[in-house]
Amino acid sequence: MKELELYIHIPFCVRKCAYCDFLSASADADTVQKYVEALIREIQGYTQYGIPFGDKKMYQDYRVSTVFVGGGTPSLLFPDQIKAVFSALRKSFSVEEGAEITLELNPGTVTKEKLLAWREAGINRLSIGLQSTKDAELKMLGRIHDYRHFLHTWKLVRNAGIENVNVDLISAIPGQTLESWRETLRKTAELEPEHLSVYSLIIEEGTPFYERYRAADAAFPPLPDEETERQMYEETEKILQEYGYTRYEISNYAKCGYECRHNTGYWQRTQYLGLGLGASSLIGNTRFRHISALRAYLSQSGDVRGICEEEEVLSQKEEMEEFMFLGLRMMRGVRKSEFGRLFGIGMGAVYAEPLKRMKENGLLETEGDIVRLTKRGIDISNYVFEQFLLD
Amino acid sequence: MAGIEQSKIRNFCIIAHIDHGKSTLADRIIEKTGLLTSREMQSQVLDNMELERERGITIKAQAVRIVYKAKDGEEYIFNLIDTPGHVDFNYEVSRSLAACDGAILVVDAAQGVEAQTLANVYLALDHDLDVMPVINKIDLPSAEPERVKEEIEDVIGIDAEEAPRISAKTGLNVEDVLEQIIRQIPAPQGDPNAPLQALIFDSVYDSYRGVIVFCRIKEGTIRKGTPILMMATGARAEVVEVGYFGAGQFIPCEELSAGMVGYITASLKNVKDTRVGDTVTNAEQPCSEPLPGYKKVNPMVYCGMYPADGAKYPDLRDALEKLQLNDAALQFEPETSVALGFGFRCGFLGLLHLEIIQERLEREYNLDLVTTAPSVIYKVHKTNGEVIQLTNPTNLPDPAEIEYMEEPLVKAEIMVTSEFIGAIMDLCQERRGIYQSMEYIEEKRAVLHYHLPLNEIIYDFFDALKSRSRGYASFDYELMGYERSELVKLDILINKEEVDALSFIVHSGTAYERGRKMCEKLKAEIPRQLFEIPIQAAIGSKIIARETVKALRKDVLAKCYGGDITRKKKLLEKQKEGKKRMRQVGNVEIPQKAFMSVLKLDDH
Repeated sequence: MKELELYIHIPFCVRKCAYCDFLSASADADTVQKYVEALIREIQGYTQYGIPFGDKKMYQDYRVSTVFVGGGTPSLLFPDQIKAVFSALRKSFSVEEGAEITLELNPGTVTKEKLLAWREAGINRLSIGLQSTKDAELKMLGRIHDYRHFLHTWKLVRNAGIENVNVDLISAIPGQTLESWRETLRKTAELEPEHLSVYSLIIEEGTPFYERYRAADAAFPPLPDEETERQMYEETEKILQEYGYTRYEISNYAKCGYECRHNTGYWQRTQYLGLGLGASSLIGNTRFRHISALRAYLSQSGDVRGICEEEEVLSQKEEMEEFMFLGLRMMRGVRKSEFGRLFGIGMGAVYAEPLKRMKENGLLETEGDIVRLTKRGIDISNYVFEQFLLD
Repeated sequence: MAGIEQSKIRNFCIIAHIDHGKSTLADRIIEKTGLLTSREMQSQVLDNMELERERGITIKAQAVRIVYKAKDGEEYIFNLIDTPGHVDFNYEVSRSLAACDGAILVVDAAQGVEAQTLANVYLALDHDLDVMPVINKIDLPSAEPERVKEEIEDVIGIDAEEAPRISAKTGLNVEDVLEQIIRQIPAPQGDPNAPLQALIFDSVYDSYRGVIVFCRIKEGTIRKGTPILMMATGARAEVVEVGYFGAGQFIPCEELSAGMVGYITASLKNVKDTRVGDTVTNAEQPCSEPLPGYKKVNPMVYCGMYPADGAKYPDLRDALEKLQLNDAALQFEPETSVALGFGFRCGFLGLLHLEIIQERLEREYNLDLVTTAPSVIYKVHKTNGEVIQLTNPTNLPDPAEIEYMEEPLVKAEIMVTSEFIGAIMDLCQERRGIYQSMEYIEEKRAVLHYHLPLNEIIYDFFDALKSRSRGYASFDYELMGYERSELVKLDILINKEEVDALSFIVHSGTAYERGRKMCEKLKAEIPRQLFEIPIQAAIGSKIIARETVKALRKDVLAKCYGGDITRKKKLLEKQKEGKKRMRQVGNVEIPQKAFMSVLKLDDH
């Protein structure tokens, strides 16, 4: 049986945040309902056509180990909508007993009824977009909630007995100080979520933030300077360690045993199928994504091959590159033996030069079979990854 | 072509300041004479290099022969010789003019007389050409033909009462120009039976026919089989073909006789044998004197050109050799740089010539180049009496061996509206200019005369002039000789290592300023790397400026999930591709464009 991860994209939000470059927008209830119906048609489509670029006959051999419902704001869906999606999902795919099933939610969009429905659907992990415990910072980011909303949501979630919860935080928010960042970290860690994703803010092109900071608009507080930003970054690991969290990936921290299995799959190149608008997949050695025009998706979603685009068949060279730059994101690093088993050639034979140079520069370290980033290597990991692109 | 009377031939050129509509008028004349249909007209027929059309300037001289049926019922042969339009090519302009009997002066009805208008008119008058003014662009809302007419009369001193007022763009009144050519441009003279005397005004290389020589027959007759001698270069050959210039093609004919313009081929393999300005004569019956005015043009500006990819060195050599076939003024010889490897020291007529060659190498030959800062030729007088012509700053002898140095000076004329006189004088002052005189050519416009060191104008003088006058100043110069000067070599050290390709020669008075700006500029150009990189400017062993490129502290993709992987990989690839365009010097990666940094130090 082949392991398969499923990602389900819900591209709707109450309002788009000022820094967000994901595929999402606000929508009326009618559109959301149509989307859910289209999504279900897509899910049913796989029983008819098989998984694109997958082995059609072997379709029944895939077993689903994780499901991740992301967005957007999936918690906006009504209880019945979520139930309908999962009921279709379980008819089309064989979801493992004990699969990790995550749903993303934003504070202020959760009710008891929804939580109950999620439990019934089999959802056993939640991911909450908190970002900051400071209301002024939340406002700056364009979030719809304040810290009070979050605490309310947090209580609901814990009372519903969800015991595997992630909280998202963002550092280097405009106007944020080192002190306020420390406070956000501590306040959040004291609630003892099992998992924390901590991102340093990236100003992405095409977002309101990009326009503001490119034009250096004086009406907005400045971004933290480089020194402060670096300090925030360095203190994150230190403070979270105090509370018993281990960093297992560049931006992810977890209590022992609570590492996100779904995301780990991306970095290990486990096969995954994306469902819904604009969702990406890796099946066999093909990467592809779904169309991102909503109207077209609503009318064509049942044609699971027709809605694919940007197909890219990876060569062995590209698979090796991905093995390195995805695998090295994890603190446990990559295994030379694994590389050899997958590609039939030693890592040392393919990457002798960059491995040697990166070690000399103190960016990589090896321990037996393992190659991993050093602390300095994490800071400039792009520079390291770039060395593993082959000509 | 035999049987055409000299009285029915008109040989002329069009002169103008850049952008005043020279090429557009040439197009219109060719179109109106019916030689081409409108559909066949490729815009700007004469400027046939892609680069020329894009930049809107003529680089090589071009000629076309057209037939015009005049209102008097007679058919006339017009030979229109287009001249290069830039100060770098002044000598070529002068030879093109020498091939003509008259010149059409195009003046923009909105902008009036400009620096190059004057320079070109003087050049034409020096060659005894009759100058026929034409006022162009009268369709522009800002056109003031009456004012411009007066300006031509007052400033240039030629009668413009009858100057046709035209729009070359729309074709308005272009017939008037054609009729006036017959009346105002004199017919050629010369004796078809005299010993051959023909002026070379251009040549092109054709891989099948060898060199095609463009010439104006002053005396005598030339035909297939004529044994010829180039009087200055001494090259001899036998004529294979003679002909005239159709639209974009060579049309063979029986013979070319006195007064005619055409081409000859003679299995000549090298344009160096057929220098512009040389006289072609009959080797068996030579004329007594060559035509006046020949001079060998020498490069004034040098720079190093290196292939970005060292393995492309032979390709660069081949490309330079091919370009040289058509461009005798281009010179090159191999050189080696510690920082850049194997390349060539190339000589050019001026900065525009340099840029054109650089662009042609990159576009037509697909070469990725690293070009070092341009340098003029310095004369280095050594204590042992030896004089070195220095074209590469790296080769400057030890200061202890130098008695003194000289640098080239130019005579510059800058035409500017009165409000910007102060700003332009400041600029000239900063560039070590010596004020000579100023005259007002009309109420609001003046000509400034300066003596300027050439090395101050080959960098960014032209850009600075335009930006400080909001585009209103125009500029022309000619070389006037050498003068003793306090010059020093400024070296740049990156990560404590001297980078030879970044050295340049500078006046001692501006060395500190330049060194400081150069370090700032390099700091901005060199991306952060794993370690801190000091950038220093030094004269000899003395450090005069320093900047630091801080070490790379953060380069992280915070998020990399299922939907991000393809995009993030492209980002990494782009980052890697960018590094390929860098030069490794020691263990520092320097972007190619940093080697041209010295060109952009003016911060106004």
